[in-house]
Amino acid sequence: MSDQLFSKWASESRQVRKNIIKMIHYAASGHPGGSLSMVEILFSLMAEGGVMRHSPVTPSHPDRDRLILSKGHGVPALYALYHHCGYDITNEELMTLRALESRLQGHPDRVRIPYLEASTGSLGQGASFAQGVAMGYKLNGIDKRVYCIVGDGEMQEGQIWEAGLSSAHHKVNNLTIILDYNKAQIDGHIDEVLSLEPVKDKWLAFGFHLHEVDGHSYQQLTTALRDTHPTKPSMIIAHTIKGRGVPFMEGKVDWHGKAPNSNELELALNSIEENSTIGLQGGANG
Amino acid sequence: MGKIATRKSFGQALAELGEIYPDIVCFDADLSKSTMSSLFANQFPDRFFEMGIQEANMIGAAAGISFTGKIPFICSFGAFLTGRFDQIRMSVGYSQANVKLVGTHCGVGIGEDGHSQMGLEDVALMRTIPKMTVLQPSGDRECRQMVEWAVKHQGPVYLRLTRQGLKEFDLPPFQLAIFPQLREGEKIAFLANGGLLESAYEAANRLSEMGIVNPAVYNLHTTKPLDGTFLTELAEKYKEFVVFEDHSTIGGSGAAIAEWMAEYAPIPRRVYRYGVKDQFGESGRPEDLYQKHGFTPEGIVTFFNKNS
Repeated sequence: MSDQLFSKWASESRQVRKNIIKMIHYAASGHPGGSLSMVEILFSLMAEGGVMRHSPVTPSHPDRDRLILSKGHGVPALYALYHHCGYDITNEELMTLRALESRLQGHPDRVRIPYLEASTGSLGQGASFAQGVAMGYKLNGIDKRVYCIVGDGEMQEGQIWEAGLSSAHHKVNNLTIILDYNKAQIDGHIDEVLSLEPVKDKWLAFGFHLHEVDGHSYQQLTTALRDTHPTKPSMIIAHTIKGRGVPFMEGKVDWHGKAPNSNELELALNSIEENSTIGLQGGANG
Repeated sequence: MGKIATRKSFGQALAELGEIYPDIVCFDADLSKSTMSSLFANQFPDRFFEMGIQEANMIGAAAGISFTGKIPFICSFGAFLTGRFDQIRMSVGYSQANVKLVGTHCGVGIGEDGHSQMGLEDVALMRTIPKMTVLQPSGDRECRQMVEWAVKHQGPVYLRLTRQGLKEFDLPPFQLAIFPQLREGEKIAFLANGGLLESAYEAANRLSEMGIVNPAVYNLHTTKPLDGTFLTELAEKYKEFVVFEDHSTIGGSGAAIAEWMAEYAPIPRRVYRYGVKDQFGESGRPEDLYQKHGFTPEGIVTFFNKNS
């Protein structure tokens, strides 16, 4: 069953990756590296058969699982996923990314698109926001979960650790934070700029229920996402590859925030088409 | 009636309103006994979140919980709360989260604790955020009305409160952006808020008795939004305005009025900003600091003696 599902996702994710690249190409700016690195995380959460309970028919249902993208610069991937899931972002609208008057702002704007849940882009704030939503659910007696994707560069922000300290203290067990650990940020590799290590030990010490997974393995991601704790919030350290799926972008710091030109677009689209097994065999190790 | 600190009025009002509005929740960052949110906490322990000394996280969490139907009041000293400007700008402002920010201990009026604890730039910061409402009650009754107004209002509100007790004036019910008039006058109007309303009112009486000027006095309780129709009426009535506030003159209520008058007044009007003049606060007894900054009635009278 899950093999079939994962194969389906692996196949569908190619179109999502193509859309991400096209959107950023037409916008002539954006962040391909950190968008591509979290495609498998987003499929595991949002796609049909994924762990989140949500619906494009009732996007503001009070009892929905919610996803907050704290690393707001990865939003092209989120727009592409919402389009894929049947939300009201059309293919034409996808290509308006970053254009004047477009709902598809360069970073998430929840006023223009409420199902984005939070307006983010100034790094470090989404985990606190997610903690608050999760506390509200508990107060309202709603048995649903809040997921928050944070970037690795973003985890250098102190506020992420404030949210960690606080979520564990307040036993916000319906919160899952996912670290998209693609190892690169604008000025270089994470370990050169400001290392997070030993990141696993730190979150364990903070009192989180923790999984460390290959962030390009549907099997590992869905298993970890489903394994929650009765009192502790969850942290999933997802090892990923920046620019995953486009070989000439993979692992390259330079592709953090650069748009592909026409030649690079064509090259990228062709390589995505040929690469059909991402998500099935993983590929990112710690 | 003795003087009551607006922080106390706030705490009592929130505890009372908590009975009527079950969606009210309250957050504090280890200052609940000072901000008086402890009064709510005692009454509704399940709806009160002690966040520890984490203002940034508190602001983000409040923004999040507001999207589950709750009406969060988040409390700290105004300096500490608005010091986390980007969290307010993004998680509250840009997200249009229904968060009520309560900043206490505003102005040099807090006294001995000194600059680090004084909200002196809070109004300037908050009024740059689109759709933010900025309110400052002049006394107990008005503060209670503002708290209830904030509960009913959909959108972010900054409520600026004092540590010290304030004189209770006989005021009409709070109406957003319509400044109640405390004293009739001619040619010149004093607009004052918070701790400076009493001083401005007293000074106006004395200046009038001395035959120097006969200022009208208004309670400038709303710094944002401003009401164009109301301010046009004021601009037609008076030639000069002096805005009194226990806040930096840069970006505060005086600046807001000066900007409006410069841009929209039907006839050009002079606005003088009377506040803390581009300097840091310091330790001292509140009355000594008020004297130093010219915030006493005597100080204001002396200023007019020199300048008229």
